[in-house]
Amino acid sequence: MIVLTPLKKYQYPIIAECITPDVFQGKTIDEISNLSVWEGNKEKKLCELFKIEKNSAKSPDITINGNVIKVKRIGWGMTQGEVVVNGNAGMHLGKKMSGGKIVVNGNTEGWTGSQMKGGLIEITGNAGDYLGSPYRGSTVGMRKGKIIVHGNVGSDAAIYMKSGVIKIHGNAGSFMGFRMTGGVIHVEKNAGTRLGACMTGGKIVVSGTLENIMPTFAIELIKGKVKIETGEKAVGPFYVFLGDLAETGKGKLFISKEKNPQLAQYERFL
Amino acid sequence: MDLLIKNGFVFDPLNGINGEKMDIAISNGKIVKSVNEKTSKIIDATGLTVFPGGVDIHTHIAGAEVNTGRLVRPEDHEKDFVRKTAITRSGVGYSIPSTFTTGYRYSRMGYTTVMNPSMAPLEAKHTHEELNDIPMVDKATYPLLGDWWLVLENLAKGDFKECARYVAWMLGITKGYAIKIVNPGGLESWGFGRNVHSIDDQVPNFCITPREIMCGLAKVNKMLNMPHAIHLHTNNLGIPGNYTTTLETMKCLETVPTEGRPVAHITHLQFSSFAGEDWGTLTSGAEEITNYINNHDHITFDMGQIIFTDTTTMTADGPFEYTLYQLSGHKWVNSDVETETSGGIIPFRYKRKNPVNAIQWSIGLELALMTKNPWKVFMTTDHPNAGPFTAYPKILAWLASKKARKATFDRLHRKAQRRSLLPSINRELSLYDLAIVTRAGQAKSLGLKEKGHLGVGADADVAIFNLNPEKVDIAQKYKTFRRAFSNTAYTIKGGKILTKDGEILQQSPGKTMWLDVQTSCKVEVDEEIKRKFREYWTVEFDNYPVSNHYLKNPSKIAIKADV
Repeated sequence: MIVLTPLKKYQYPIIAECITPDVFQGKTIDEISNLSVWEGNKEKKLCELFKIEKNSAKSPDITINGNVIKVKRIGWGMTQGEVVVNGNAGMHLGKKMSGGKIVVNGNTEGWTGSQMKGGLIEITGNAGDYLGSPYRGSTVGMRKGKIIVHGNVGSDAAIYMKSGVIKIHGNAGSFMGFRMTGGVIHVEKNAGTRLGACMTGGKIVVSGTLENIMPTFAIELIKGKVKIETGEKAVGPFYVFLGDLAETGKGKLFISKEKNPQLAQYERFL
Repeated sequence: MDLLIKNGFVFDPLNGINGEKMDIAISNGKIVKSVNEKTSKIIDATGLTVFPGGVDIHTHIAGAEVNTGRLVRPEDHEKDFVRKTAITRSGVGYSIPSTFTTGYRYSRMGYTTVMNPSMAPLEAKHTHEELNDIPMVDKATYPLLGDWWLVLENLAKGDFKECARYVAWMLGITKGYAIKIVNPGGLESWGFGRNVHSIDDQVPNFCITPREIMCGLAKVNKMLNMPHAIHLHTNNLGIPGNYTTTLETMKCLETVPTEGRPVAHITHLQFSSFAGEDWGTLTSGAEEITNYINNHDHITFDMGQIIFTDTTTMTADGPFEYTLYQLSGHKWVNSDVETETSGGIIPFRYKRKNPVNAIQWSIGLELALMTKNPWKVFMTTDHPNAGPFTAYPKILAWLASKKARKATFDRLHRKAQRRSLLPSINRELSLYDLAIVTRAGQAKSLGLKEKGHLGVGADADVAIFNLNPEKVDIAQKYKTFRRAFSNTAYTIKGGKILTKDGEILQQSPGKTMWLDVQTSCKVEVDEEIKRKFREYWTVEFDNYPVSNHYLKNPSKIAIKADV
C-alpha cells in the first residue's frame, strides 16, 4: 500500500492524473516520487507535493491522508485496485474509471465519477455538482458502475446517464438525470426541481419530497415497491410518472406518495 | 541561406517528373536552377520522397462559423490539447483546432497553402484576424457571394457587367480569392424558413432561380478572368437522391463558354452524390456522376471524404444543417447573416456501423477512384465537416491501396457492404497521382502559378517524406506509407525549414493572398449604396470593408478584368 500525505496546504489547483493504482502498480517509491504532476502552471514531481510512504498492507492500493480538495483527477481512468481518501477530494475524482473502487471519507467536488464505465465510488460526505455527469458539452454520460453518496449531492447529477446505479442517502439538487437514457438513481431524501428533464429512459426513485414535477411528465400508476438493483428494493408506495413526453421519452420517476401530498391531485388522471 | 535537397525521389506532376532522383536548389525563397554547394545548407534526401508543398483547396479553418464551432464544443477540446513549447504556442481541438495548432498540424503533414472557403462578407474582418493567427501556411479565403442581395438583384436584371463590377468590388473590400456559392438561392430562402429543392425553384422576392445564379456567376467569373472557377456547393446537398440535382447543375454549366478551363469546382461532391429515395434506400450515385465528369471537362471536384470519427459539421447551408439537426438531435447553431448568407453548426459522429455513414464513406472513395483523370479530383475532407484534416494520411492510404480499403470495408455495416461499388474497383493511385490530388491539381485549379510544383521560379515549398518509393510498395505496406505521410521528414516553406521529423523547428507567418480585380469602371459607393447599408445591414458602410492594415502579411494578386 502506498500512503500519500500532503506536505502543505495547497494554494493552487493540482492536476494529478497519475494517482491511480494502474500507474502505481509495480513501481518503486523512487519511480512514484518522480511522476509528473502540475501545480498551477508549473510541472512538479509527486514527491514535491506529497510525502510518499509504502507499507506492507495489501489493500487498499493507495491511501491519501489529508485534505486534497485542490487535487484534481485522482483515480483518472483506473481499471482495478482501491483508492481511499481520508479527507476531501478534488474535482474529476474517478473520471472515466472502468473498474476498481474509490472510497472518500469526506466530501468531493464537482464531476465525481464523470463518464465512468465501471467500478464503485463511495463518498461518506457530500458530493459536489455534476456527479457522474460528462464533461461540459459532451453527450457521453455514465455507462456502468455504481456511486454511493451518504450525504447530499449538488445540482446536475447523472446527466446523460446510460446505465449503472447512483444511490444518494441525502438530498439531491436540481436537474438530476437531465437527458438520461438508462440506469437507476435512488434519492432517499428530497430532490430538487426539473428532475429528469428531457429523460428518455431509466428510472429515478425519490423517497423524500420533490420540490416540483415537470409538466411534461404524466402519471402512470401507483406502485408499492421498486427494484433498485439485484436484491434491493425501495418501499413506497410511489407515484409512477412517465416522461419526458416533450422528448417522447419512456423514463420513469418514482415519487413517494406519503411524502408528497401535493401530488395527490394527479390521482384523478389514473 | 541557400538550400540544396540532394538525391531525393522527386514527384512533380506539373513538370512531368515522376520519381526521378534529382536535386532541388533553393535560394531566396524560390526554387532555382542551381546553388553553390559549398555555401548552402544541404539536406540529404537519399531514399526519401520529395513532393511540392501541399495545397488544400477547401478547409474551414477560420471565420465566424469556425469560431462558433469551437465555442459550442468544449468536449472536443478536452480530449485533445497541446502544451506550449519553447517554439510553439499552446492550443486545443480535435475536430476544430485553434488557429496556431491548425498551422502546426498542417505543416507537419507537409501542407504549405490552405484555402478557407466560405467567409460571410460581413464576417470578413473576423476571418482575416484568424487567418493572421494561423502560422506556417499561406492562405486565402473565398467570400460567399451566391446569395448576396446585390448579386441577386443584378443577375435578376440580367446585367452581368454590373454584377461583375460588384463582385470585383466585393473581392477587393473583403480581401477574398474566389467566388464561393453555397446552395444558391437556398440560403436567401432560409431567411424565410424555406429552401429551394431544385435548380429551377424560385428564390423568394428576387424572381431568380439557382440555375440563373450559378450560370450568371460562372459568366461573371469568366469576365473577371478569375484564377479559380466558381467554387460551388450544390443545391439539395446531403439529401437522398440529390445526384440528379448535381447532374442538372453540371449540365446547366455546360452553357458557359470554357476556353479549355473548368468553369466550376464542385466542392465536397460526396455529399451531393446520394442516390435512393430516402435514408433507408440510400445508395451511391457515384457511377452516374463520374460517368458525366469523365466525359466533360468543365468540372473539377473535391471529395469531402468521410472519416469515422467524432467531428463538427459547419456550413453556410443553414437548411441542410437543420435537416442534420432533425436527424441527430445534437446541439445546433443556426444563423442568418443579414443580406448575405446563412449558417449552421452541428457536432456529428460518423459511425462504421451506421449504414448511411458507411455508404457515404464508400461514395467518397468511389468518386475519386472512378474519375479517370486525377487532375479533376482533389483530396479533402471538407475539414471539419466530414472529418478533421489530420486524417488525410488515412484517405491517401485508402486511395493508394486496395488492401487498406478492404481493411476498413470489412468493418462496415453489412447493408453498406452490399451496396458499395468499392470491391469491384481495383485502381490504386500511385505516388505521382497522389501528388496531383493533394498538390499539383489543386494549385492548377486555383491558378496559383508559384505553388504546387518544383520548377524554377516556384515558391520554395517542399515536403519531404520518409518513404523510399523503390523499396516500399505503398499498396501493400499502407501503414508505413500512412506513417510517413502523417509527419514529414522535412517541411520547407519559402526556403525555411519549418518542421523536421514532425517537430516544429521555427514559426513562420504565412501570407494571405487576395485578388485585386481591376475593372475598367469601378463601383461607385454612392448615396444609394450607403442608404441600402443603413436600411438592410447592421453596420454602416464605412465600417464594412476590410482595410489594408487588417492583413498582417498581405499578398495582392492583381488581375485585369474584361469589364
